[in-house]
Amino acid sequence: MWSWDRFNEAFPHVLQGLTMTVWVTLLTFLFALIFGFVWLFLRRIPLRPLNWTVTWIMEFIRSTPPIIQLFFMYLAWPVLPYIGVTLSPITCAVIGLGIHFSTYIGEIYRSGIESVGKGQWEAATALNFSLIDKWRRIILPQAIPPTIPMLGNYFIILFKEVPIAATISVQGILYMANTFGARNWAYIEALTIVGIILLALSYPSAVLIRKLEVKMNTRFDKNAVIKKIEKGVRPS
Amino acid sequence: MTEPIVRYQDVHKSFGDINVLKGIDLDIFPAEKVAIIGPSGSGKTTIIRMLMTLEEPSSGDIIVDGTNLWKMKKNGTMVEANEKHLRSVRGDIGMVFQHFNLFPHMTILENCMTAPIHVKGEDKQEVEERSIQMLERVGLGDKIHNYPSQLSGGQKQRVAMARALVMRPKIMLFDEVTSALDPELVGEVLEVIRDIAENDDMAMVLVTHEMDFALDIADKVLFLDEGVIAEQGSATDVIEHSQNERLREFLSRFRG
Repeated sequence: MWSWDRFNEAFPHVLQGLTMTVWVTLLTFLFALIFGFVWLFLRRIPLRPLNWTVTWIMEFIRSTPPIIQLFFMYLAWPVLPYIGVTLSPITCAVIGLGIHFSTYIGEIYRSGIESVGKGQWEAATALNFSLIDKWRRIILPQAIPPTIPMLGNYFIILFKEVPIAATISVQGILYMANTFGARNWAYIEALTIVGIILLALSYPSAVLIRKLEVKMNTRFDKNAVIKKIEKGVRPS
Repeated sequence: MTEPIVRYQDVHKSFGDINVLKGIDLDIFPAEKVAIIGPSGSGKTTIIRMLMTLEEPSSGDIIVDGTNLWKMKKNGTMVEANEKHLRSVRGDIGMVFQHFNLFPHMTILENCMTAPIHVKGEDKQEVEERSIQMLERVGLGDKIHNYPSQLSGGQKQRVAMARALVMRPKIMLFDEVTSALDPELVGEVLEVIRDIAENDDMAMVLVTHEMDFALDIADKVLFLDEGVIAEQGSATDVIEHSQNERLREFLSRFRG
């Protein structure tokens, strides 16, 4: 069954895929961060039919599994007449997963902005701030810090989701583990290594994000954060 | 007396089906201290929120220093004011809110400095000195680098007043500024308002439930009832000579 020799042999092989997995994660996340603004912007346009359409599209994207979206983009889209485009596996993974996650990230942006009370807008109006300065100096500096931990959590979730890009032959850690397994007709060691790598990266990231989150909050609300931590509640 | 600095002309306001204000006519003169009293839901707050451009009147005009606040001339006809027009007029108006609305991500000094610097483009050094002076005036000179979350309600409200004063408004609006405070903190806030009323020459409009205080400092008292100004005059007129039954009843509840 388990062979340490095979484990040692599989390790460098699987590790070859790590750069790819990390790169795809970073690019996808960046894409999602930017595209999240598109959703946010579209939903703020005060036009009912547009709002419904956008909400429905977001709901559709979130309710379908990312793996099917990837398959569709990679395998079905190229053969569609007129609009069909063939994309490389990596582009496909970045755009496909990026759009999927951007729907969550757009929601995070929205919740951040909604967490800033109406009174803040009114005070900014009373002090005669321009619309741009209201956003830049009053609203966003308060809206962004609480979203950092949520964005961080989605980053970790995304990192754990990226291996499904192996199904469209993106050569990340899972793909490498699969090829190793197929070649040796033994999967257990290689797949265990995938698990170890994911754990080794996502656990420290989670700890880091938690630290960042406390730091962000302490910036202007020390007492509140300390109280929350004392109560054992994760500040959010 | 001189020209009024603010004039309301037949101002109506409704929220959905509810008519909150049913024709307000009101002159406020430079340096005049006006107190608006009346039962809850009578529309007191709405009157000053429309002047601060936080609510738009349903009809009627509000003239600030000769300029129509909510309407502007375009191609010879009067049209609804845009944000640019509102900004040009509201610069002379300052407001203190019931719930303070300090900016939690800034120290109290930064709270005072941000608008003069970024809205009026004033010199940073000069604004800083002025802000510190103002915070000293409201008794918070030793807390300028604290954040709002570290202050009591009364202290927060005093910062809010300093923040508004640093902008040097010609008209200051106070929207039930003591209503959200613990009773023992009300006094310190009223002291600051009294200090402003006695020493500064801006017009002030106070919406308040602190009846004795309002009657004490106000040049003019308005009794608002069911969306109209039911009675107005000097404090003595309103308290001692009013024939208005609802006003007498209202006052008796506060003054025993």
